Amino acid sequence: MYKRILLAADGSENAVRAAKEAIKIASCDSETVIEVVFVADFEKSKSDVLHSTSSEALNLERRKKISKIEQLLKDSKVNYKVNILHGAPGPEIVKYANEQQVNLVVIGSRGLNGLQEMVLGSVSHKVMKRVNCPALIVK
Amino acid sequence: MQSLKQQWFGNVRGDILSGIVVALALIPEAIAFSIIAGVDPMVGLYASFTMAVIIAFAGGRPGMISAATGAMALVMVPLVREYGLQYLFAATLLTGVIQIIFGYLKIAKLMKFIPNAVMIGFVNSLAILIFMAQVPHFIGISTMTYVFVGVTLILVYTLPRFIKVIPAPLIAIILLTIVAIFSGVDLRTIGDLGTITQTLPSFIIPDVPFNLETLQIIFPFSLSLAIVGLVESLLTAQIVDDMTGTESNKNQEARGQGIANIVTGFFGGMAGCAMIGQSVINVKSGGRGRLSTLIAGLFLMFLILVLGELVVKIPMPVLVGIMIMVCIGTFDWTSFKYLAKAPRTDAIVMLTTVIIVVWTHDLSKGVIAGVVLSAIFFVVKISILKIQQDGSRYIVNGQLFFASTDSFVDYFKYNDITSKSIQIDFSNSRIWDDSGVGALVKVEDLLREKGIQVDVIELDAPSKKIISKLQGMSSSH
Repeated sequence: MYKRILLAADGSENAVRAAKEAIKIASCDSETVIEVVFVADFEKSKSDVLHSTSSEALNLERRKKISKIEQLLKDSKVNYKVNILHGAPGPEIVKYANEQQVNLVVIGSRGLNGLQEMVLGSVSHKVMKRVNCPALIVK
Repeated sequence: MQSLKQQWFGNVRGDILSGIVVALALIPEAIAFSIIAGVDPMVGLYASFTMAVIIAFAGGRPGMISAATGAMALVMVPLVREYGLQYLFAATLLTGVIQIIFGYLKIAKLMKFIPNAVMIGFVNSLAILIFMAQVPHFIGISTMTYVFVGVTLILVYTLPRFIKVIPAPLIAIILLTIVAIFSGVDLRTIGDLGTITQTLPSFIIPDVPFNLETLQIIFPFSLSLAIVGLVESLLTAQIVDDMTGTESNKNQEARGQGIANIVTGFFGGMAGCAMIGQSVINVKSGGRGRLSTLIAGLFLMFLILVLGELVVKIPMPVLVGIMIMVCIGTFDWTSFKYLAKAPRTDAIVMLTTVIIVVWTHDLSKGVIAGVVLSAIFFVVKISILKIQQDGSRYIVNGQLFFASTDSFVDYFKYNDITSKSIQIDFSNSRIWDDSGVGALVKVEDLLREKGIQVDVIELDAPSKKIISKLQGMSSSH
């Protein structure tokens, strides 16, 4: 089955539902690894740095956003690793998926920023159009 | 940390392209900041050239952009107004010297003592001041001025949706300058406020008397400039660190800023520092290495040499529109949420920093006031000392030091203690200084007078050490 699954996480409820689906697929094969990707958005970097006491505190803050997903993965005993990337969320996920040649991308249908999505088109839409592997969009 | 070769040539293609983008975005800002400082646009442009080129070699954060900045321009306004340009060059040299000294004194460590609230106040007041500096250039001049400012703003916010490669401010400048020239509307231009000379900067020695009086004039400005420059540069370095997921050498950056400012002073430029906005543009455009900063500086100078005579035709309202965009980008819009959610004291520190900067027009004064205020709040917070009674045992909660001795002594002075023998439990406390030891001795004496037997228990090792040290001292007298 799918050896490497990219799970896009942004701290939203949809990402948690996406994680549950990724776990279902990963449970079929003990060799499957779920690669959780969290993208620290360039646009938020300035205010993130201003509002955190140190780079360690900021890193912890970001890990907290995906802690619910990490807990789910831990409990379901699937293989996983966590990557925090930096950039624009859509393109960064696509770049990772294509460069790392993952076998499947799992992503929530809408993330945290509802308004931006209406104006600019959603991250999940961009990812689906541009990745070279199958993509699973979770409602 | 990457090797020097990596820092220079690890990302050649990305660095060249982003350097060009930054050079284009830098020109309007360098001109606008010169106008704020009250000097010719060339002073800011030369500064941006030398700052960028020197910091590419001497800096500690590859990919960060340094040039003439608004924060520094604001500090130098009174110096330029009262003493003139030559004193600004001299002050720029001295700023560099101070920054190099700070760099060797490991200033980066000290920067950790500047709380978030002060840094948020710093960027917010910077945004407010740059905006205020634009007001005289567009309020109450003419209807067309408002129209051009408005159109510029619309362009810079909508164009990036469609054109991503060329910076939107540049497109707005070209488009609206052409419109202004051909429609013949009466607008003030950059040429009305200064001249552009199409020559490379040349080496000069500031034409000031080299004596104590000059030093007395420039030193306060240089010290403020050095502080402001390092605060903004090290904040920017943190942001670039975060965006690129890499680390940087902050003390080397401080020394590099100093070297760049010294060179800038000798080549007829105004003191500069790292720029948050331009560095973010650089990283977003793919810049990562030292080469991007070097290209930004070189290409900026090239553009001025080639296009200088066109630059003077840029209408002021267009430049004002771009600067309003810079202010909006600089302001930390999450501050409003922060004010509502953060601890009261942090909110007060942030607002105090903003108020003092806007009042004095000097960012360094705001930073110092903010740091002092938050230090006071910190002392007040940790000086809260509570005592809890459990039978004949009195448990001390909190730190016993000069600021908390009153509440410690008063508790035993005014509370009726009925038992003939009590224990004071220090398991949740520590004694920090001679005042703390003195307070404990005072309480023991006080209770002994009332005929109460006192046992001090559960003292930790550092507290015991300070007691024995100080009591040993007093007994030797």
